[in-house]
Amino acid sequence: MHPYDLPDAQGHFGRYGGVYVAETLMSALDELTREYARYKNDPEFLAEYQNELKHYVGRPSPIYHARRLSEACGGAQIYLKREDLNHTGAHKINNAIGQALLAKRMGKKRVIAETGAGQHGVATATVAARYGMECVVYMGAEDVKRQAPNVFRMKLLGATVVPVESGSKTLKDALNEAMRDWVTNVDSTFYILGTAAGPHPYPMLVRDFVSVIGEESKVQMPEMIGRQPDAVVACVGGGSNAIGMFHPYIPVEGVRLIGVEAGGDGLETGRHAAPLSAGRPGVLHGARSYLMQDANGQIIETHSVSAGLDYPGVGPEHSYLKDIGRAEYVAVTDAEALTAFHDLCRYEGIIPALESSHALAYAAKLAPTLGKDQVILVNLSGRGDKDINTVAGLAGITL
Amino acid sequence: MNRIDRCFAELAGRKALIPFITAGDPEPGQTVAMMHALVAGGANVIELGVPFSDPMADGPVIQRASERALAHGVGLRDVLAMVAQFRADDDATPVVLMGYLNPVEAMGYAEFAKAARAAGVDGLLTVDCPPEEAEALSLALHAEQLAPIYLIAPTTPAERLSGIARHARGYVYYVSLKGVTGAANLDVTEVARRVAEIRQHIQLPIGVGFGIRDGQTARQVADVSDAVVIGSRLVQAVEAAAPGEAAATLQTLLRDIRAALDA
Repeated sequence: MHPYDLPDAQGHFGRYGGVYVAETLMSALDELTREYARYKNDPEFLAEYQNELKHYVGRPSPIYHARRLSEACGGAQIYLKREDLNHTGAHKINNAIGQALLAKRMGKKRVIAETGAGQHGVATATVAARYGMECVVYMGAEDVKRQAPNVFRMKLLGATVVPVESGSKTLKDALNEAMRDWVTNVDSTFYILGTAAGPHPYPMLVRDFVSVIGEESKVQMPEMIGRQPDAVVACVGGGSNAIGMFHPYIPVEGVRLIGVEAGGDGLETGRHAAPLSAGRPGVLHGARSYLMQDANGQIIETHSVSAGLDYPGVGPEHSYLKDIGRAEYVAVTDAEALTAFHDLCRYEGIIPALESSHALAYAAKLAPTLGKDQVILVNLSGRGDKDINTVAGLAGITL
Repeated sequence: MNRIDRCFAELAGRKALIPFITAGDPEPGQTVAMMHALVAGGANVIELGVPFSDPMADGPVIQRASERALAHGVGLRDVLAMVAQFRADDDATPVVLMGYLNPVEAMGYAEFAKAARAAGVDGLLTVDCPPEEAEALSLALHAEQLAPIYLIAPTTPAERLSGIARHARGYVYYVSLKGVTGAANLDVTEVARRVAEIRQHIQLPIGVGFGIRDGQTARQVADVSDAVVIGSRLVQAVEAAAPGEAAATLQTLLRDIRAALDA
């Protein structure tokens, strides 16, 4: 793999990415690009970020050999990068801290965020409390119902949670509403975008803040097994945990990068959230990328058991990695993800997030096709405490 | 000379009145009649909204209009058919489509531009396509004599204006306040200052929109600009109108604003 230095100055990853926003936001995005360029190599900024990751988040997160799960799958050894052990329970905090530190330096006293499963909302509410900022989180009304524990956590942390009633009432509509807030309050407000999508510079800066996942893995795997894994596997909604794992591995030859999308009821039913597997390129939420859309260019409603993957678009860098063939993208169904969820609970004593369960489900399919001496590293992007109501509900149990 | 340039050339000191409605709202069968009603009420240019599933830059009023139109399955090709039907009886009033980029992308820039010209469309305003990303779209539009219409915001720094000037044709549209469509509070002094600044960089008529709700605010804005754009107020009236009354309601509302502009 040749050296990789994307996006370009205009935010493009090949034909993807860019800045497709209303004129009102252009100067704010320019400002953010300038400020980020100023701080990304600033020793003081980086030292503060590293210090927060170590003492507040609890990094580095361990890598764990899931021996019983590997044995049950019958094939390759499955290792888990334990982002679920981070403070707030997912990889989202790595990004939220990075952006909040930028916001602090830019003198913004108010932060806003969109959230799907609530993990990014919780991470943002957490850092807002930590740094004494006002926080408003937009969340689809449907997701507010699905993720009640996270809604309450955000409120405990002092955030205002605004249920969004427009459109499909899920993550994409929360993003629309956050953009509307930002257009209106652009002078006072920093938008902490939760995934490696949206207009430039977000896909780049989110990627940079979550790349700590892959950077640590690249050091930890050789320490544990004497080499890099044969494949890394991560779930893809907007794609932040996946790009955080993939990006440091892009130049590492021999490591397959596999992104797992939400197949919902199955790709053949059309009821899914898998734009890379079954969509086509278009423009939404500030960037060109693969999208779920109809023939008229209208965005299609998505379906997934996992609120965090229930999104019709994907970060532009994933679209680029797909087209150049450096990463593979597959989909697993709700049912497969749920099986993987229960398997990890029972074989390893770890309750995974439903999002991460998609990556586990594909690893379980891949493992038997590989030899026992081969290694799959799964990014266990979040813990499943927030999902117990959903999983109980699917089993007909009311908690 | 295309219809937009001719329209502004023939104003002879009057101010242009540019109403916005969403195509297909409240239902597709009424749109053409509503367009004629706008002209009868004193419109000089019609901005016709192309419904989109994710109208990020619009407030609740125009979001709901989009949702009503989409419930009837109205897509970009349907909107072009409405313009063609309008043209059967009105070959003079310029029609500008306003919406988001993805429906145009899905159709293809060149195919859209050809079909739009054939239908009698005069310009296109894509809210989420700033000049930085507009090279290919502008080329396709210019090739068919369609005017790319650009928004300029209160947050637009002077150094961006020349980039906008390079692509823009017809007129430019100054968004008189930060926020989504349908927001309140208009600072006319600030609008006057910005319009004067824009004139130093862009040699096109300047329309002002966002926050214009009645004849009085329209008149204040017209005093410092070339054209007044009014959208959410009209869409709100369409929403509130009794079944079948949308066209008549629009005509009455617009006639009052026209009178205030010409007084």
